[in-house]
Amino acid sequence: MMRYDRQIKLDEVGFSGQEKLKNSSVLIVGVGGLGCPAAQYLVGAGVGRIGLMDHDRVSLSNLHRQVLFDESDVGKSKAVVGKEKLQTLNSEVEIEDYQEALTIDNAETLFQQYDIIMDGTDNFETKYLINDACILTEKPWIYASIYKHEGQLSVFNYKNGPSYRCLFPKTTQQNISCEATGVLGVTPGILGMLQATEVLKIILETGNVLSGKLKLINILSGTGEVMNIQQRPEEIEKIRNNGIIPVKIECELKDKSKTFLDIREVFEQPKVASENVIQIPLSKLDERIWEIPKEEEVLVFCKEGKRSKKLVDLLKAEYGFENLKNVEGGIKTIIDG
Amino acid sequence: MKINIKYFGMIAETAGKNEEILEVDEGIFARELKARQIKTYQIADPESVQLAVNQNLNTEVELKEGDEVAFLPPFAGG
Repeated sequence: MMRYDRQIKLDEVGFSGQEKLKNSSVLIVGVGGLGCPAAQYLVGAGVGRIGLMDHDRVSLSNLHRQVLFDESDVGKSKAVVGKEKLQTLNSEVEIEDYQEALTIDNAETLFQQYDIIMDGTDNFETKYLINDACILTEKPWIYASIYKHEGQLSVFNYKNGPSYRCLFPKTTQQNISCEATGVLGVTPGILGMLQATEVLKIILETGNVLSGKLKLINILSGTGEVMNIQQRPEEIEKIRNNGIIPVKIECELKDKSKTFLDIREVFEQPKVASENVIQIPLSKLDERIWEIPKEEEVLVFCKEGKRSKKLVDLLKAEYGFENLKNVEGGIKTIIDG
Repeated sequence: MKINIKYFGMIAETAGKNEEILEVDEGIFARELKARQIKTYQIADPESVQLAVNQNLNTEVELKEGDEVAFLPPFAGG
């Protein structure tokens, strides 16, 4: 117990708190800029069991922020190397590595094996997936995300508190990663450590857990504030009733503010039926061209995006349609998660 | 009346500023201010943008002199 002496000295921890840490388990989804620092401090603190999940490998451009890894790790599995490194920091902690992506098929089974889920991901699809699976398995999760020098932090689904869908019921197509925008290494470092802090508070049952709150941090301006999140019970109920809802379907075809034009022939699968999808097979287009709206943006799709691209160009050149946009990659990009 | 507006994430970039003070008519609702600013700055994916009025996430409130309205986009970097 010498190892934990400096935290046991605290009233909020003590021997009983250390025992709580030892008997707890945390699954870290994504061992990157957020997941690495969180994992290091949680392993250091003596959390009994840690799961490290990442399908990705270490790359040289990761090292400025994922300081758990070093040059010799480039090309190796983040989950495997992460486990090796963390085990040398604390051999008392049981560490599991999962070299796979979180999917609709494995999420619930995996979450059932842990007390708390920590979000170290960098995309909306997985954040909504974590959210839904946490609702179904009744687990709290610690959310963080970054845009350049800004961070958002919250704890969702904690003791029946608000969920991610209560904060952002509608997602966006602008899935911009740190790889794309650039980020200082310290930014995910700070956010990841704040996430680890929330984990410790939940386990130790101390302090104010950031449930129902959205903490905003800007490391450049040095400012921060906390917003109150309102619960939207219908957003939680729909997951309890329907199960996980893959987010791309929701933000595309189910987004009623968008109008789609499906030019596939009647025999082509999968069928989509929605009030905002106009269906005019390419073979019938000549006689039904008047059905295409001209006032609003219309997203035109086929199976793979080739026929629709040709058509969009043709209708623009020959008939003056300026409002048509091709869906690159076709139907798959709209309905695949 | 005057309203203090704060922009976050990519909205701050689109607007070219982190905050501004706007003069608006009495009786305006947060969602109306949102629609107005979305148009002014051509903010993408307006449905995903959430508003916090005086640190409370809600668009169904009537704004009052001196209120602080934050425009919060979702982002997912990590």
